[in-house]
Amino acid sequence: MSEISKLNSSCSELDLDRPNLEDYLPTGSIQQPHGKLRLRDLLDISPTLTEAAGAIVDDSFTRCFKSIPPEPWNWNVYLFPLWCLGVVVRYGILFPVRVLVLTIGWIIFLLCYIPVHLLLKGHDKLRKKLERCLVELICCFFVASWTGVVKYHGPRPSMRPKQVFVSNHTSMIDFIVLEQMTPFAVIMQKHPGWVGLLQSTILESVGCIWFNRSEAKDREIVTRKLREHVEGADNNPLLIFPEGTCVNNHYTVMFKKGAFELNCTVCPIAIKYNKIFVDAFWNSRKQSFTMHLLQLMTSWAVVCDVWYLEPQNLKPGETPIEFAERVRDIISVRAGLKKVPWDGYLKYSRPSPKHREQKQQSFAETVLRHLEEK
Amino acid sequence: MGNASSTLTQYDIEEVQEHCNNLFSQQEIVSLYQRFCQLDRNAKGFISADEFLSVPEFAMNPLSQRLLKMVDGLNFKEFVAFLSAFSAKASMPQKIELYDTDRNGKVTFNDILDVLRDLSGTFMSDKQREEVLSQVLQEAGYTRESSLLLDDFVKILDKPGLKMEVEVPVD
Repeated sequence: MSEISKLNSSCSELDLDRPNLEDYLPTGSIQQPHGKLRLRDLLDISPTLTEAAGAIVDDSFTRCFKSIPPEPWNWNVYLFPLWCLGVVVRYGILFPVRVLVLTIGWIIFLLCYIPVHLLLKGHDKLRKKLERCLVELICCFFVASWTGVVKYHGPRPSMRPKQVFVSNHTSMIDFIVLEQMTPFAVIMQKHPGWVGLLQSTILESVGCIWFNRSEAKDREIVTRKLREHVEGADNNPLLIFPEGTCVNNHYTVMFKKGAFELNCTVCPIAIKYNKIFVDAFWNSRKQSFTMHLLQLMTSWAVVCDVWYLEPQNLKPGETPIEFAERVRDIISVRAGLKKVPWDGYLKYSRPSPKHREQKQQSFAETVLRHLEEK
Repeated sequence: MGNASSTLTQYDIEEVQEHCNNLFSQQEIVSLYQRFCQLDRNAKGFISADEFLSVPEFAMNPLSQRLLKMVDGLNFKEFVAFLSAFSAKASMPQKIELYDTDRNGKVTFNDILDVLRDLSGTFMSDKQREEVLSQVLQEAGYTRESSLLLDDFVKILDKPGLKMEVEVPVD
């Protein structure tokens, strides 16, 4: 129980991010008695009960994080042996070749990166430029190791000050797919294990910002770091995933407004993965990142589309939350994703009692109003 | 989780169907099983209260604690039986059972007061709730001491009132 209360306290901070949830959820979940208050109005709890039972049976939040497995197609006499042959080719031939390619890539990268990092300490500008190219190179190697077929649409991002890039989030490979085209600086959750090691050494050079989801106070520090980064003319363009968590590429969850109140242009990027060979959704509850990468490396290809969309600015009279929703709309339409009114962080914490209290309040007010009328 | 329907045999489905008085079709039971496995993260065979509360739409509902008492720790067969009260084909008596939490066949003043407390939270005082309830009970011809039976419910709520149908999504 103490764990739940700990989760609840960090949730209160997140309330500020969310627009009025009531606007999105079906109304009429608490009955509003019309006319004279009768016994049946107080006894009839069916709408509320139905909503609760409906949530047990199916709810839009859990749907966002469900890995939808592809239909098996190998169920008859000639398709099954073909599929077995495919498995042999993928695991026996493709996988070792890919591991080899990746190893060669890492060797080249480290051979160039370490000297550049150590020897060019004095010449910062040149060092940064070389490090950027090297990070792009290793990302290309990564994409090659899953035979990534990535189609980029739209004008390539330009290196201008006062702009941030936002994108929908499906897996950590989103970053790699985008990084191989442009050296972005990114803001990420600090991970444990080898990913964390990579984060603290190599990604530092591209200018990344770390945060810790579970620390409520972290938010102010992070907002400050974001602002500093955007103001700096020399820094790489900042890439932010405002959903805050990996979603299954069929839905988008609410965008956090942090990226939209930095007083700069927001350039949306939409990424849509084609599930024809493999589902690129990283279900962090079910798989570690290593297993996820292995799964990608033993499939035929990773196919995706990346759209660089028109840069957006805060319109006069628009709040950052409305701005965030407008950009989410643009991205969802482009990538064919459905919008869902939930905060991605609800994956890790419970909704605040504020919403339940709002419903209770409106019910109580209606009943009391009828009482006064008598 | 993998392919859930492969772990549910035809015999299992029929057993569950019988237990819920055939209120769900076999396809709906398969869907419910997938949902059950999705909510029951550690494959314990039942869904804990915490796992129910991880569904934000459910956690936000004022009656969630009340429902939790009824649904916590149920295995799949009992889970389906509970949800069958919400099936479109369920008859009135099954729906009444949801109101009568102590299962004594009648709904007393205090039972209704309990539900009202859940629905209005801290925005109404106990005194106000009692006042409102006494008033409407009196107008309907009952007193504080009377307990409502099934027939009373039918009379008060009349047919269109108890619309408590939940659709099970079938892929």
